Amino acid sequence: MNALLAETLVGPSIDWAGISPLLVLLGGSCLLLLVGSIFPRLPKGTYCAFTVLVSLTTAVAAMLQWRDVTKSGPRNLIADAVALDHFALLATIAISISIALVSLITDDYLRREDYDGPEMYALYLTAAIGGVVMASSNDLIVLFLGLETLSLSLYLLTASHRKRAESQEAGLKYFVLGGFSSAFFLYGIALTYGSTGSTNLSKISSALSGDSPFSQIDAMLLIGIGLMLVGLAFKVSAVPFHIWTPDVYEGAPSPVTAFMASAGKIAAFTALLRVLVVAFPTRIDDWRPAIWVLATLTVLAGSILAVMQTNVKRMLAFSSISHAGFLLVGVEAAGHAGDKDALAAVLTYLLLYAVLVIGSFAVVTVVAGKGDSHTTLDDFRGLGQRRPVMALALTVFLLAQAGMPATSGFIAKFGVIKAAAEVQSYSIAVIAMLGAVIAAFLYLRIMVSMWLADSTNDAELFVPVGAGIAIAFASVFTVAVGVYPGWLLDATRMVSDISISVIQAVDSTTDVPAG
Amino acid sequence: MSEFLRSYLVVVWFGLAAFLVGSLLLGISALLRPNNPTSEKLLSYESGVDPVGDGWSQSQIRYYVFALLFVIFDVEAVFIFPWATQLERYGGFGLVEMAVFVAVLVLGLVYAWRKGVLRWV
Repeated sequence: MNALLAETLVGPSIDWAGISPLLVLLGGSCLLLLVGSIFPRLPKGTYCAFTVLVSLTTAVAAMLQWRDVTKSGPRNLIADAVALDHFALLATIAISISIALVSLITDDYLRREDYDGPEMYALYLTAAIGGVVMASSNDLIVLFLGLETLSLSLYLLTASHRKRAESQEAGLKYFVLGGFSSAFFLYGIALTYGSTGSTNLSKISSALSGDSPFSQIDAMLLIGIGLMLVGLAFKVSAVPFHIWTPDVYEGAPSPVTAFMASAGKIAAFTALLRVLVVAFPTRIDDWRPAIWVLATLTVLAGSILAVMQTNVKRMLAFSSISHAGFLLVGVEAAGHAGDKDALAAVLTYLLLYAVLVIGSFAVVTVVAGKGDSHTTLDDFRGLGQRRPVMALALTVFLLAQAGMPATSGFIAKFGVIKAAAEVQSYSIAVIAMLGAVIAAFLYLRIMVSMWLADSTNDAELFVPVGAGIAIAFASVFTVAVGVYPGWLLDATRMVSDISISVIQAVDSTTDVPAG
Repeated sequence: MSEFLRSYLVVVWFGLAAFLVGSLLLGISALLRPNNPTSEKLLSYESGVDPVGDGWSQSQIRYYVFALLFVIFDVEAVFIFPWATQLERYGGFGLVEMAVFVAVLVLGLVYAWRKGVLRWV
């Protein structure tokens, strides 16, 4: 017994370079809070500039790792708990770009609402840490930690407008329902651990394959997969777990809504893919039908409900549900054996949609005015006369979301439908296209109101610098990717190494005693 | 049903038994006892003192912030005590880990202090 006590515990070896994007985000958020609270009189805009700097540094660190992974192959870090592959790194880059753009919108939002603190930026960065951890986790516990880091930051961000009752209400709703879904997910982890003997995704995969004793127990594992699906479907706001989305998207401050719809979706979908594709490739026949049902329900319900709204923020919330349905079509396609393009299609969609939705919400933020209150369809009447350039930018974003050719939205939708068609999932591809047609009506409705109706409000609409930069970048990116998609598709094609890292991890587990 | 799940059947029986015993005891006494409520009997019990105001009284929001800070350091203590008893075993690795943990908490304290949370206004 004494000999046992004296034995020193050795921690896992840590590849610091491999987790450098995370370290940059963590250091950035701590420094921001510290400096922001010690020197409260910093000039406005410093926090925003610092956050953009941190997020760009994160993107650069991720790109350096990308080159390294391209050269020496994907691998697992920190006792196989974290995966370092192109999949995780592309998600990291996408999340970094999202924070940079969202920070640019937030800068003016805070001035307008008379708040100036580093808190929102620091919370963006901590939320991004959670998102990156989710995207690169190779262990269910690590994934859950990432999920909670992201969710807790988002609850706070949603409720961060202290003078607006809707914001508080949305924050509380999101918190209560989010707590529920986390509990579902955690119970799913427990049952999966009970039936496979590990929380490590690669080990779960190898425990379920072949003739290991664990591959026999079924009921508990299926319930576990089901509960985890419920938890993650809530986070990606798939129908029927979408009830919170419109209220929270409408109540949250507009920049935060942009953040939830971009970085939040990227993190949730990459986590969903990690769990399903890495841990349960031997159970595809069990989870694929569930995803099929979720995807069709989400595309159709999201599009149909969106058409019936009169508030632009709610419209965009339902449209984000319909986009989640499209992404689920890609996830379904990724469930077919031997398919590698679907992963790339889903990640491309996530990246392109993130930029689109931030652009759209940047315009909504500007139009909404002080108090974030002018967001009905009537407030967008005659925007073409008041601010033609901004109206044009919003038109580009809306056309792209509808899937118009020569915009990035077409590339995104085409990739997902193509991936579904390649694995003979024709029915779901047709349903998804039907949903896109219904949703197109919604985008046209906003455009008609912008261009063809006379304005009821003649007040000067001021476009701030930060939001202007974000809108300009997003619209140029949307059109540029729509016309020259090649470079992006070449890059995203490499993300299919997600399953290669599994094989390596299974090899490396042979010298570690199980349990 | 697999053998594993069957072993949980005992938990279900146990729960049922607990529920039955509880409801039987309370139900029988409710049937047997005399029922004669007076206004004194219906007062909420506050250690023999007459209750003042109703249950929805407001309390100072400032206590809330202090309670939050207290919880943070309470949790810190919960982590530090077991760690201290096993310090030799964790060695340098454990020391660094705990230093990082405490540093993050101190960061939070500095933030709270600069925001004026610690001052009772």
